[in-house]
Amino acid sequence: MNSTSQELFFSMLRIRMVEEKIAELYSEQEMRCPVHLSIGQEAIAVGVCEHLEREDIVMSAHRAHAHYLAKGGDLKSMIAELYGKETGCAMGKGGSMHLVDLNSGFFAAVPIVGSTIPIAVGVAWAFKLKKNSNIVTVFLGDGATEQGVFFESLDFASLKNVPILFVCENNFYSVYSQLGVRQAPGREISVLAKSHGIKSFTGDGNNIDQVSDLTKEAIKYIKSNKSPAFIELDTFRWLEHCGPNGDDELGYRKKGELDQWVKRDPINSYKSRMIKNHKLTEKEIIENIEVIRTEIDEAFKFAKVSPFPEKNLLNKHIYKD
Amino acid sequence: MRELNYANAIKEATDYCLAEDQSVLVIGLGAPDPKGIFGTTTGLQDKYGVDRVMDMPLAENGMTGVVIGASLNGFRPILTHQRVEFALLSIEQIVDQAAKWFYMNAGQQNVPIVIRLIIGRGWGQGAQHSQSLESWFAHIPGLKVVMPSNAHDAKGLLISSVEDNNPVIFIEHRWLHNTIDNVPSEGYRVPIGKARVARKGKDLTIVAHSYMVLEAIRCADILKIEGISIEVVDLRSIRPLDTDAILNSVKKTGRLVVADNGWVHFGVSAEIISLVTENIFEKLLSAPERIGMNDSPSPSTRSLTQYYYPKAKNIAEIVCRSLEKKLDLNVLFPEDNLPTDIPDPSFTGPF
Repeated sequence: MNSTSQELFFSMLRIRMVEEKIAELYSEQEMRCPVHLSIGQEAIAVGVCEHLEREDIVMSAHRAHAHYLAKGGDLKSMIAELYGKETGCAMGKGGSMHLVDLNSGFFAAVPIVGSTIPIAVGVAWAFKLKKNSNIVTVFLGDGATEQGVFFESLDFASLKNVPILFVCENNFYSVYSQLGVRQAPGREISVLAKSHGIKSFTGDGNNIDQVSDLTKEAIKYIKSNKSPAFIELDTFRWLEHCGPNGDDELGYRKKGELDQWVKRDPINSYKSRMIKNHKLTEKEIIENIEVIRTEIDEAFKFAKVSPFPEKNLLNKHIYKD
Repeated sequence: MRELNYANAIKEATDYCLAEDQSVLVIGLGAPDPKGIFGTTTGLQDKYGVDRVMDMPLAENGMTGVVIGASLNGFRPILTHQRVEFALLSIEQIVDQAAKWFYMNAGQQNVPIVIRLIIGRGWGQGAQHSQSLESWFAHIPGLKVVMPSNAHDAKGLLISSVEDNNPVIFIEHRWLHNTIDNVPSEGYRVPIGKARVARKGKDLTIVAHSYMVLEAIRCADILKIEGISIEVVDLRSIRPLDTDAILNSVKKTGRLVVADNGWVHFGVSAEIISLVTENIFEKLLSAPERIGMNDSPSPSTRSLTQYYYPKAKNIAEIVCRSLEKKLDLNVLFPEDNLPTDIPDPSFTGPF
């Protein structure tokens, strides 16, 4: 969609502010579903989704808020879903881990790690069978690359020349388990894709310019070669795996590791570059923050005043007539 | 009436669906090979092309995800595995994704897929090629489970399954593939969730499904000569279960024997006996009983499978006990003393 650099910046900032608001209000115990926040990882969602058409499809996993919002998912519906309300994007039946917004092409997210990968391949394969030029992007984490379906999906996508972009957000941890206890030394995720005949890229997931450039190139490759592509991007989760708080005090990460990544905050580093290059002023930032804050406040207000679903919804949507 | 065997009835239903609806796809390991999933898919790739009838990688879980994804984007795939057990590799996609998708997104996207599974039996199939796991699938809200017992129903139920807007687990029994029935050549539907009264009777009801329907019918036909009138209810669908058909029959006869195609514990027979005792306990003239596979893995050797699989004679033993009749069942069921690893002489190994 070729957003301006300002739009990219504020898109990242908006996602950050939404999640900070979730974290702030979570202790009220009204958002009663597990939340996996993307704080620190926003550049990937925004840098990838800026290149997608509305009709292109995105799928994700448990840490999906950023992907949903970057693809244009409705904010009010998302917050209402976290509050379990009937106005939520899945009428309160899904929660944070099952976001959906078909109008914006955000098909689904599921919390079984790796399970959306083959489904996304199937959606993309259907585009190919229908001779439709749209593509599918599936976001996955480093943990998902340990699952069998990851390999099964790479094989089928490559075998059938499926128009799909795999985006691996490597944040080096699955819950508390560091990459080193899960993956053999020398195992390179992008090489796994490459060995299936898939065009693969790697980059810095905290640098939105790089994410954006790689995505542009990958999508160009998918469309011109009618083949899948894979991007592995390094990034880091700032908060606990699930929940609104930090958890660095647990000591499962190396001392200073988080600080190093916070220094590489995708939003702040981009802001510094933009200001230095005279593409953004502090005044513009302040003005936009106000606009975003108002939007977020309205979304939370909407969610809080919305009704809960009635009992009759319990047995609805089990089977389609 | 035109006659056709079960395997060809499956093929004819698939052919019909492929012709009627461009969105129907057939995916299965070996679907286009010379043997074509026991003859159920032979020739279909030549007729409909490699994009609609295709082979697949040995990746059951991934391919289940792929067909779910294709179904979300306009297709109606039929995924076929040659044994039930191969689907165990894809339980995650079937149970977590396909079954719950429509619910999780509150009715915005449904998953119209059919997964064909085949229960093996005989010729030494052994523990991993012979399981009847319908109760696993039937346990899950969001799935439908159908198990036709004859060629007519196989064709009509497969067409209904492909046209259904939900994930349907379509379970065939290998020993049914050669059985012949009246099968109209045109497309027709047998509704999912409707049982069939295979034999009318008044003294006792046998509820059965899949291959055990044949044993139940044989039992009923032989005992009829002895003056015992048995009603055989062929479930056809396990989920949704035709509770009315079961209850109406037992209300009439007052006696129930369930001939389960799987193990009895925690299975279909447990469900049916619960249904009957919860709803019409007062109509029962004797305690409901059940029979199913021996509570062990299936052995390979025919010397042991003869004790593993129940037959018409074993059902008859329970019937006689329930009705307090004394009959010489060895005389009445002489064929039940023959080898138990082939259904009839038309089958030669390997299968």
